[in-house]
Amino acid sequence: MLQTISLLVENKPGALMRITGVLSARGYNIDSLTVARTLDPALSRMTIVVDVDPQLRQQVIKQMNKLVNVLQAIDLTEQPAVAREMLLMRIRAPMESRTAILKEAEIFGARVVDSSVDGFALELTGDPEKLEEFIDIMRAYGDIDVTRSGMVAVSLEPRKLRLSPPVPKADPVLEDPMRKGA
Amino acid sequence: MPNLMSGSRMLLECLMREGVECVFGYPGGVVLPLYDEMYEHPLRHVLVRHEENAAFAASGYAMATGKVGVCLATSGPGATNLVTGLVNALMDSIPIVAITGQVSTKLIGSDAFQEADTFGITRACTKHNYLVKNVADLPRIVHEAFYLASTGRRGPVLIDIPKDVLQAQAHYSPVSAIHLPGYKVYTEGHAGQIRRAAQMIWEAERPFVYAGGGIIASGAHEELRRLVELVDAPAVCTLMGLGGLPSSHPNFISMPGMHGSYAANMGMTNSDLLIALGVRFDDRVTGRLAAFAPHAKVIHVDIDPSEISKNRTADLPIVGDARRVLQRLIKALEELAPEAASRKAEARRAWWQQIRAWQAEHPLVPEISSTEIKPQHVMVEIDRLSGGEAIVCADVGQHQMWAAQFIRFNRPRLWINSGGLGAMGFGLPAAIGAQFACPDKLVFAVIGDGGFQMSIPELATIASHGLPVKIVIVNNGYLGMVRQWQQLFYNNRLCAVTMDCFPRVENLAAAYGFPGRTVDSPADLRPALEQAVSEPGPFLLDIKVSPEENVYPMVPAGGAIHEMILRPPQPVSVPK
Repeated sequence: MLQTISLLVENKPGALMRITGVLSARGYNIDSLTVARTLDPALSRMTIVVDVDPQLRQQVIKQMNKLVNVLQAIDLTEQPAVAREMLLMRIRAPMESRTAILKEAEIFGARVVDSSVDGFALELTGDPEKLEEFIDIMRAYGDIDVTRSGMVAVSLEPRKLRLSPPVPKADPVLEDPMRKGA
Repeated sequence: MPNLMSGSRMLLECLMREGVECVFGYPGGVVLPLYDEMYEHPLRHVLVRHEENAAFAASGYAMATGKVGVCLATSGPGATNLVTGLVNALMDSIPIVAITGQVSTKLIGSDAFQEADTFGITRACTKHNYLVKNVADLPRIVHEAFYLASTGRRGPVLIDIPKDVLQAQAHYSPVSAIHLPGYKVYTEGHAGQIRRAAQMIWEAERPFVYAGGGIIASGAHEELRRLVELVDAPAVCTLMGLGGLPSSHPNFISMPGMHGSYAANMGMTNSDLLIALGVRFDDRVTGRLAAFAPHAKVIHVDIDPSEISKNRTADLPIVGDARRVLQRLIKALEELAPEAASRKAEARRAWWQQIRAWQAEHPLVPEISSTEIKPQHVMVEIDRLSGGEAIVCADVGQHQMWAAQFIRFNRPRLWINSGGLGAMGFGLPAAIGAQFACPDKLVFAVIGDGGFQMSIPELATIASHGLPVKIVIVNNGYLGMVRQWQQLFYNNRLCAVTMDCFPRVENLAAAYGFPGRTVDSPADLRPALEQAVSEPGPFLLDIKVSPEENVYPMVPAGGAIHEMILRPPQPVSVPK
């Protein structure tokens, strides 16, 4: 079963590589991955969907939390969360099926973002199952080409709502006694 | 007014500020600006003969002192040669900072001469790594690197610096604080968990302390001794934890695991409470996990949350620095002590009787013969000269296990070896680092004939600095540990394990300008070691030990640790 991981990470070169490295080192294949800036441009929010052995899920989250560039990694798989994905589809539409295609798009709540004599470009947002159904139906009307965004997810747990990212209480100064060797 | 200086100069300033005494390095094209700056700088540079050994020497330095070891290499091949040393430091939580040169920023990605993606290659070999793109970031990055290497779970940090960054001029202003919002270190341990741990410990009938490298790293050896004495529990130290509790302490039950003692492994297996301190339940300690300590509840103290319940589920996890946690745990135990201690007194007495019975049943006794030198005999003689006080740097293999079994360590930071990675070629360069760190201490490099041949170039480093390292080659003419496995588990089909050409050490040492001696009779063993130790400089000893000796007890890979092979299955013959 797929695991959904949400991460708050520093927006720095190499951060993505470190995080995916935790997965690739264990031979896990990433199903989807999205990254974008948060309200704070120094941070990014990442959603990863990956097939991890159930007994190793906690370990993967711990390993990610251990990374210096990761402020927070949480497992959304079994938590209240909303997950969405966007799809852009080009469909070749002969004149006689154009109306039917538009009707189907309307049923799914897809928007037409481009229209030409060859066909349409459609945009649809929803949970991954809904996108799958839409793709299945549209295939019946003609040749299609699909680009999916990968999943983005947000936790609905009330205590997980953070208006600002977690910040440590005080920065360590250079003369921190913990640094001295024993 | 901040002063204008080059990146190279800035780097040296930061190293001085971090209290670095010496760096182990090897120059090359892109680090020339740095070496040029070093020409007139007081920082001590030790020229090793191979970059891998720079990382190993820095690790030996760090393990002997607890301070951060520093190694330095050029781009491309220099950096890739560091990789084994970095992984070794990652596995054994050794605080080192590696500095590598990189081709100029404009050339990165162009397959320039001696270019390698060091940042990418070392991502998985380090606790953290940096590629410096702007000279203004350099001081911050250097101090962050030292901070990361030396706090939390220690480990290697690499800084990759392009040539033009080393050359660029910028205003230098000393960094005063470190801002790492994603770096979380939990040192104190949860107060409630510590209280519960104290209760569990007093309630246990068969408590057993399982202490590891975390004791050494956090300097918790005094606290460990107090804990063990307060609750009067038997204790084992893992390969990385030897010296955490003095080997001469009456509660010390040697090393557990694949080549651990019978009493240590039986104690673990039959305990009802494992007090695991700074350990990671390594497969070489636990054997088959499902059969490991089946009756025990586990208290697991570790600074790295990802170690908790990684291999063995912890009944009571405490994330924190071993020293801080133990200090508070001892206090909590003392508060409960008066009535608690007496309640289980009967059971505890029986537990100790059982432990002592196991010790008596199959004690760790060295093989000693009057006709041939048994490798264990070498360790006994080294132990006699050391008296638990010398630094012993081991390589990897059979000799490492015999050394761990038979050489006593009465202090932390005396036993230096490659545990997690098991990197052959570690011992000699590590001894170089340790001797630089502790110039007045007696340092033995105990090495197999295989590992020695991986590190021969470093004899030059030893000779050129006159380092008084006593190199003891435990020479059985085989890759002994591999041969042992082929004998026991591969039907005695010996393949590629015979080391049939070995230099005469008298000649070899003489070529480097110091004395060497071959020893092939048991009667000469003690005088030869005494001669080595009395010699003011380096000494190379080639001890021809009985070639077919194997390490026992042994837990076969995947076996339960209480199912040990205690002695050789008779007879083991070696085809010639």
